[in-house]
Amino acid sequence: MSDWQRVPGYVSHREGPEMPTVTVETERIREACAYSRDELGFDVCVDVVATDYLGWGGKGVSGYIGTATGRDLMHPMTQGLQALPELKPKRFSVSYHLLGLRQGAPRARLQCWVDEGEPVPSVVSVWPTCDWHEREQYDLMGIVFDGHPNLERLLMPEDWEGHPLRKDYPIGGEPVRFTDEE
Amino acid sequence: MSATVTPPTVRTRRWPVVADGQYEGTRIPSRVPTVLDVPPELRDSEDVLQVNFGPNHPSTHGVLRLIVDLHGEEVVGVSAVVGYLHTGFEKSMESKTYWKDVTFPERIDYVGYQNNELVFVLAVERLLELEVPTKAKWMRMLLCELNRIQSHLVFLGTSALELGAISMFWYCFRERETILDLFELVTGQRMHTRYFQVGGLAEDIPQGFFGECRKFVEWMPRALDDYRDILDRNEIWLERTQGIGVLSAHDAIALGQSGPNLRASGVDWDLRRDQPYLHYEKVDFRVPVYPNGDVYDRYRVRMDEMAESTKIVRQCLDKLERMEGMPWIADDRKVVLPPREELHTSMESLIHHFKIVTEGFRVPEGEIYVAVESPRGESGCYLVSDGGPKPWRIHVRAPSFVALEATATCLHRALVADLIAVVGSLDAVMGDTDR
Repeated sequence: MSDWQRVPGYVSHREGPEMPTVTVETERIREACAYSRDELGFDVCVDVVATDYLGWGGKGVSGYIGTATGRDLMHPMTQGLQALPELKPKRFSVSYHLLGLRQGAPRARLQCWVDEGEPVPSVVSVWPTCDWHEREQYDLMGIVFDGHPNLERLLMPEDWEGHPLRKDYPIGGEPVRFTDEE
Repeated sequence: MSATVTPPTVRTRRWPVVADGQYEGTRIPSRVPTVLDVPPELRDSEDVLQVNFGPNHPSTHGVLRLIVDLHGEEVVGVSAVVGYLHTGFEKSMESKTYWKDVTFPERIDYVGYQNNELVFVLAVERLLELEVPTKAKWMRMLLCELNRIQSHLVFLGTSALELGAISMFWYCFRERETILDLFELVTGQRMHTRYFQVGGLAEDIPQGFFGECRKFVEWMPRALDDYRDILDRNEIWLERTQGIGVLSAHDAIALGQSGPNLRASGVDWDLRRDQPYLHYEKVDFRVPVYPNGDVYDRYRVRMDEMAESTKIVRQCLDKLERMEGMPWIADDRKVVLPPREELHTSMESLIHHFKIVTEGFRVPEGEIYVAVESPRGESGCYLVSDGGPKPWRIHVRAPSFVALEATATCLHRALVADLIAVVGSLDAVMGDTDR
């Protein structure tokens, strides 16, 4: 436990079923990654993944739906949740899954939180493997990694508009690129 | 912010390394780790020719595109362009219930499908804290190992074919056919079997499977001897693979490599042994490690792995043959479909069946990352649940994606003819890379 508190920019940490989640200040994520690599012995960054929490818990609780004006009878009952999920500090989380190549395979998740348009320091200088991982998250989720040497779209075409994995990106429709009127 | 990347400093090694003497220092390109830049002295030279390679050249593995700068026969610059097979699996999975999502991961890595299916199912089971019957665990192991052999056979057949050894392809696909027949026998499908369910297996193991599988297990070591006879003393094969596409242990770790590519670079690491899942701690197998990090060692690691997987399959068969009549799926009516025959007599079963099929089962709130050793390396599944019947966010950690990041480093001072050998040896499946 005390090990985690010495991570630069430490905010909080939580034990999980497979690995602890350590929340770090966004501005100091690069320092935190370098510290984890050099002092805590996490040799590999296996994955970088961003999650969009827009509308998190918005389905509400199923069953009796109380609103300010009374009971909402129109709410689709089975679509709701059984309990409201824990609120998140900001819209996006960026998680770095770390792995130590030694006995017991220790793993950890460094996590930082950003809102729309806020940059995250790039960790490519710590782990070269994050080059494509960060480009993928930039491409699909629109997280800007500050200091990345080559931050371009990776999977979508260069001229694609929007970031498909965001929750406000429509599913099942896309703008028509070529019409007869043009 | 500066736009330069400092190369990682060489640190005291903690990981279990067999040898790291392939080259001094690091070869990871210094500006962008995945792009090999044309050296400054050649930048304005008229002798440098930029060639587009792919995305649908027959000898690239799938739709990989490489932009290659050639100076004579030497590769002086390379950058990989991926995304031609991007199908938005992660987005699609968010809009389906867990129950229906099981079909998606298989199509991500369409050669190592059982392992991808496994990692998704394991992640959901971990969030549900659902205990799986032991028979299901052994059967999952057996199928995953058969799938590993099948995947390595595809690798061996196609990468030898690309170097001109066309007969290897026919031999490898002969054995691959047998494995696909075994899958068909168990699941009704040759590929994309959808046999693993959350909670266990979709159906019991059919009659006659053990006998057929035993025949294969007896045959496979002899087939491996055939392959060795064809390749191991073949002068052309040796010259075109030995010392080509070298990757040191240090660079492999910095580039996040895993699986056979990491073991061929001399790092003794296998998730099946070092972070056991299913019943891998109960079987006896060896982790092959080779020190040179070249194309030849990547081939040797996969050859040895096929032999080890055959051993694991045999041990699974020994266990499973004594488990006749034992349950193959967990008895949790909130998650697992009730037995078919109960639907005619039990109202509760009918309700549970209806709820699971229409609405889906609910998975408790939480986030989880589960990793397994797929034929290509660490295949991971990151799953966020908000407590509802559909996943909030799914991310698949694709080993092929990471393997292709090493292309630029491996192609340091390579010749254009080696390009195909090197890219083939990294064994990237483009469905896995682009998702």
